[in-house]
Amino acid sequence: MATPTLSRPALQPKGSTEAAPNRPPKAPLSRILATVVVSVLAVAWLVPFAWATVTALKSETDAASTPISWIPASGFTLDAFAKVLQSGNIPTWTLNSLFTSAAITAITLVISASVAYAISRIDFRGKRMLMGVIVASIIIPPPVLIIPLFQQMQSLNLIDTYWALILPQVIHSPMVFVLKKFFDQIPRELEEAALMDGAGRLRIFTTIVLPLSRPILAAVAIFVFIGAWNNFLWPFIATNESSLLTLPVGLQTIKSAYGIQYAQNMASALLAALPLIVVFLFFQRQIIRGVATTGLAGT
Amino acid sequence: MSTARTTAPAARSRRSRRDNIHGWAFSAPFLAFFLMFLVWPMVSGAVMSLTGKSLTGANGGFIGLANYAEAFGDSDMWRSLGNTLYFTLISTVPLVVIALALAAIVNMGLPAQWLWRLSFFSPFLLASTVVSLFFAWMYNPELGLFNDLLAKLGIPPVAWLNDPAVAMWAIVIATVWWTVGFNFLLYLAALQNIPQQHYEAASLDGAGGWRQFFSISLPQLGPTTVMIVILQILASLKVFDQIYQMTEGGPGGATRSIVQYVFEAGFTGYRLGYSAAISYIFFGLILVIALAQAFITRKRSA
Repeated sequence: MATPTLSRPALQPKGSTEAAPNRPPKAPLSRILATVVVSVLAVAWLVPFAWATVTALKSETDAASTPISWIPASGFTLDAFAKVLQSGNIPTWTLNSLFTSAAITAITLVISASVAYAISRIDFRGKRMLMGVIVASIIIPPPVLIIPLFQQMQSLNLIDTYWALILPQVIHSPMVFVLKKFFDQIPRELEEAALMDGAGRLRIFTTIVLPLSRPILAAVAIFVFIGAWNNFLWPFIATNESSLLTLPVGLQTIKSAYGIQYAQNMASALLAALPLIVVFLFFQRQIIRGVATTGLAGT
Repeated sequence: MSTARTTAPAARSRRSRRDNIHGWAFSAPFLAFFLMFLVWPMVSGAVMSLTGKSLTGANGGFIGLANYAEAFGDSDMWRSLGNTLYFTLISTVPLVVIALALAAIVNMGLPAQWLWRLSFFSPFLLASTVVSLFFAWMYNPELGLFNDLLAKLGIPPVAWLNDPAVAMWAIVIATVWWTVGFNFLLYLAALQNIPQQHYEAASLDGAGGWRQFFSISLPQLGPTTVMIVILQILASLKVFDQIYQMTEGGPGGATRSIVQYVFEAGFTGYRLGYSAAISYIFFGLILVIALAQAFITRKRSA
């Protein structure tokens, strides 16, 4: 660590003519090569999207004809999309996904932030143990819970309700940890001043701590939302009624129902992918930063 | 209260009692969900695994460790466990190595940084079902892109999802496409945190790009790599979605994962007790790996 900072100022005066041309020349060729490699890979990465789009824009006959072609014999058509939107449940499933994911995100944020605040700031008996239990619970893999959870939901008569989708999905122990660490960094002086003025805990939490934590709350919200939106196993188990399915589970039933309707399959998949792609285009920066800051704890 | 001497401790104990109440009040909502939907299922699952309970509610009686004994002699259980470990091994390696390679190249100061991030990360946002639909279609024997590409290269067609020797690899390819962008972003962030002076000093010493990567970047990325590998292993062990959606565990059980076996024992075989026992065997495996990881990282930092 110390060597470069020490050697740099010493070298710069006399080495400036040497060092300056030293850096740029090594760049261009390798950088051009790197750009080419990455471009080829990026194009390869887009192929599944492109092929799905082209297929979705074909007629079923063209989609199922050999040799396969990127340009359909009878031209592009929106038939598959129209059929899927008319006959299918995709709009309903999208709303279900939107509603349950939003509810899961809201509940998760409220309960996780308040417990994280308590552990970060309030000196109460048993808090070390509480934090220990929450951190330890990170290790429990959700699939281990599916059988007893199903049993529990069945005995509560909640199978095939929104409750069954929402309630078991709001415990995100890693997020409590992430939020607690963020709250730890907020200077205490701000709160102490408010405490002196006679403000209650709840007011301090909602008017001082939460507004200061907007970036981390946004990152947590985005993660929880995406996770909930894409979750498959639990919603697959907890719901059967077609009008209650979330998008990922609904798509699974489409696959078996439509069978060999390739264009419609792809149109459905693209319609299901669309909302999150739009979210990503809007919140690209926050999502990418969120992966860097909360990503390690968030999976 | 009445004298100056007693006010201080009284105030303190009053405050600490208030802190106790406030602390638990703020924790209560989370704790309620935590107890209801995490602790309780963990406990009731453990109890259930000691019974012969079926999905219809019959045979709830205590049978001791019989389910565990049966599971340890169940060749399908071992096969699913083996498939899961195999998937974990052959998916973790590319998911770490490709992510690192991509991040290292993109970090060379390429133009249009956002474009690369967008391209490699965007599949991560797709639901598993979407990914499975995309790839099942591309793996289609006659109409799929993969066999079309092979044909153009003069290679005979491959029965991607229907050949027991190939199916797991086909699933790994789809999985890499889907999730490598996440590790890629983690590596990219870690690379950007390495102080620039390290590279400047090295290039003054005449170290080239490859030298710099192996002697500066790679060692500096050590802790990140350990984290990514551990998280990837734990994530891969839980595999279910894409396998169930693309092959339903076939052909002939060649890709069935342990989570799918839990699912099938419970919901196809109607044996909740047995299925709970397999869940706990799976949980035991995860615990062992997590403890090994804690042991390794502690040793490293000590």
